[in-house]
Amino acid sequence: MTLALILISIVVAGVLGLVLRNRWRIQLLLGISALAVYTFQPVLPVRELDFWLPTATLAFTTLTWIITTPHDKLSWKSNWPTAAILCGIVLALGLTRIQGFSLHLTASRPPQTLKIIAGVAAVALFAFLLTHYTKPNKAVLTCALVFFILLFVTLKVPLLSTLISKGLRSLNQQSTSLALAQDFRWLGFSYIVFRLLHTIRDRQSGRLQVVSLSEYVVYVIFFPALTAGPIDRIERFVEDLRRPLKLTSDDLGEAGKRLMLGLFKKFAIADVLAMIAMNATNALQVHSVGWGWVLLYTYSFQIYFDFSGYTDIAIGLGRLLGIKLPENFNAPYLKPNLTQFWNNWHMTLTQWFRAYFFNPVTRVLRSGKKPLPIPVIIFISQVATMLLIGIWHGGTFNFVIWGLWHGLGLFVHNRWSEFTRAPFAKLSARWKAVLNFGGVLLTFNFISLSWVFFALPSLSSSVHFLRVLFGLA
Amino acid sequence: MNFSFLRNVLVKGLVLFLLSDLVFTAVNPAALGKLSLYNHLFTGRQRFPFGEDSSQSYNLSLFNLDAMFASHIIANRPKPADEYRVIVIGDSSTWGTLLRPEETLAGQMDAAGLSICGKAIRAYNLGYPTISLTKDLVVLDYALRYQPDLVIWLVSLEAFPADNQLSSPIVANNAARVEGLIARYNLPLDPKDPALVHPGFWDNTLIGQRRSLADLFRLQMYGVLWSATGIDQIYPSDYPPAQTDFNTDITYHKMQPPTLDSSQLAFGVLEAGLRMTGRTPLILVNEPMLISVGENSDLRYNFLYPRWVYDQWREMMSVRAEVGGWNYLDLWNIVPANEFTNSAIHLTPAGESLLTGRVEQTTLQQSCP
Repeated sequence: MTLALILISIVVAGVLGLVLRNRWRIQLLLGISALAVYTFQPVLPVRELDFWLPTATLAFTTLTWIITTPHDKLSWKSNWPTAAILCGIVLALGLTRIQGFSLHLTASRPPQTLKIIAGVAAVALFAFLLTHYTKPNKAVLTCALVFFILLFVTLKVPLLSTLISKGLRSLNQQSTSLALAQDFRWLGFSYIVFRLLHTIRDRQSGRLQVVSLSEYVVYVIFFPALTAGPIDRIERFVEDLRRPLKLTSDDLGEAGKRLMLGLFKKFAIADVLAMIAMNATNALQVHSVGWGWVLLYTYSFQIYFDFSGYTDIAIGLGRLLGIKLPENFNAPYLKPNLTQFWNNWHMTLTQWFRAYFFNPVTRVLRSGKKPLPIPVIIFISQVATMLLIGIWHGGTFNFVIWGLWHGLGLFVHNRWSEFTRAPFAKLSARWKAVLNFGGVLLTFNFISLSWVFFALPSLSSSVHFLRVLFGLA
Repeated sequence: MNFSFLRNVLVKGLVLFLLSDLVFTAVNPAALGKLSLYNHLFTGRQRFPFGEDSSQSYNLSLFNLDAMFASHIIANRPKPADEYRVIVIGDSSTWGTLLRPEETLAGQMDAAGLSICGKAIRAYNLGYPTISLTKDLVVLDYALRYQPDLVIWLVSLEAFPADNQLSSPIVANNAARVEGLIARYNLPLDPKDPALVHPGFWDNTLIGQRRSLADLFRLQMYGVLWSATGIDQIYPSDYPPAQTDFNTDITYHKMQPPTLDSSQLAFGVLEAGLRMTGRTPLILVNEPMLISVGENSDLRYNFLYPRWVYDQWREMMSVRAEVGGWNYLDLWNIVPANEFTNSAIHLTPAGESLLTGRVEQTTLQQSCP
């Protein structure tokens, strides 16, 4: 996201925070967030796709609310204003096509109004059918779950997304030879789909509380957390949303502090480090071991400051709007082992995977008639979880290796800490401090080396760079 | 935390910013460019920083001569006693567009491992990719503090027209230096020319200087990638070759045939350069150019030069060299057409090698001090 968009977001959040009164709070947040889904969406080369993807975000969110809400709570009377706001925004954005000047609210010129009306009508019809002819039973929820996972995989695997791009280009009579996986840069989709999956799974397990359509949509597309998270939990988010908004000087001070910190981390540190951080080009050009490590370490800090800077900005914006978004980072590079690193890096994502994958898988493996040995269970759960986290970032071989790297690292650390727990407890405080420091260095280097697979696009370039790092090139 | 605390933070922040801005404006640390990590933490650059796409070339163009020289390997250390220091100045062909540092004239001279007067010849590439004699003079004036034993100055006609003199960004943005040169050498240039940028009060504030400060900072940052990769420009695998077909237009900088008006050419700047070096010998080289064989090649040698104007300029140069006793090498036609790259003066490594051979011969003929 550009600095200009972030500054506009800060101004909008500040004004909303100061003028919002509880009566219109959710509706205003809904409207602004729905607009942001379109405004933040980058331009895409496939014609009209940068309009239809945000529209699909709104449609999927609405439809998922329908299937995750008990039918007796699907009150048209109390939710029609939300549906009207969403439809109104989509149609109004469509109408900007015919005005004489551009408001830059959409990435490019919206499609023809008739097409948009047809699209909105199709979603409304589908919503009607879902409401009247289905029940929020397990089958429907499972179908939705499978659909979102398949859609997610399709967009993350370059081969599949390129195929879809070719299909859409062909429909639009655009050159299919130019189709790329990057044609499908769907703003915030990774986060949005995980919020949707979270609510579907919680509905399946009966844990999901009933929320209104407006609360649900604001939770899924809350504009400060749209592009880079964090992934909040709906029950916590809605609790904040329902709490009367009274901005105190503490809120303003905290919001200002996080915003300044975030802007500084992102634009003064991360963007500067990005100039010299390891990337696909310089990884093949670097010719010395020492400078190779400099580029690698620079990347390690760049990705941290970039991501945690965005999180600070999101938390600061949220605070202005009365939402205390969860923390995502807690000095992860200062942790003495990989387990602690993952408890403090992109915390909301790891918590999501822990809740919806690691714990259920571990339960299943432990509850069999012939339970597997504990180390085997830990191995399977950790490696599979990290593999999925790797694929969440992108469906390429390099992300798979990155996931495996961390999965194996976590397993080895788990076994090592089990093995050394007793002797470690007997050590003096000084020795513990020394080992702790050594652990921080070791963990940081282990993580930094894993970024080679994360940041570089192919296995060959990763291997080449690793050879440079160890003087084997 | 209460509202008055927040207000105080804002007010204090604003006051501190304004104060630091005022101090910066008052002090105006012009010599900030001399602070450099090059030659300390990073390898000194083999040629001046210059580049458009920094993310790929790990290089950028800036106007701060202090910073440009501080980043250059010539500023690495005091001149060793056993070094015969040669500085090479000129335009983009000297800087080495599309050439790696070791393929340029200075690079090839360096690699030859020659010696003279019992000293090893060490050549420094001080070329810069804009074409103006005044720009060369500004660079030469600065470079003389590095105690060269020999100056090699490559020129081409395009550096001579009066309207090209102040258009180089380095010249335009170093008005004080240029004015000093105009006064010292009575140059045929107007110190009040609007092309020369005279910064006002606001331009000297922290905000006004933000771009040049950012450039200084970026120059240091790209020192990492220069040191790590040895890359300082983009080397495209393919590029449009120099033009060899032309239309019939033979005007040159609004000059019409048949007679070249020498008053439109900055010979005064060239002569100032020859005087500036004093006792340090200077080899003046008319650099090689493309002699094309294509449509209307009988009218033009290449994209830059109609034949009538270039021939007359060469004649003028020969006469002046003879009268003035210049150490002048006219190498205009020594490189065959297939050894030019994307312009009429940019050479391939092989073309550069032909040029280097001839320049080296003359260098080795220099008398010892």
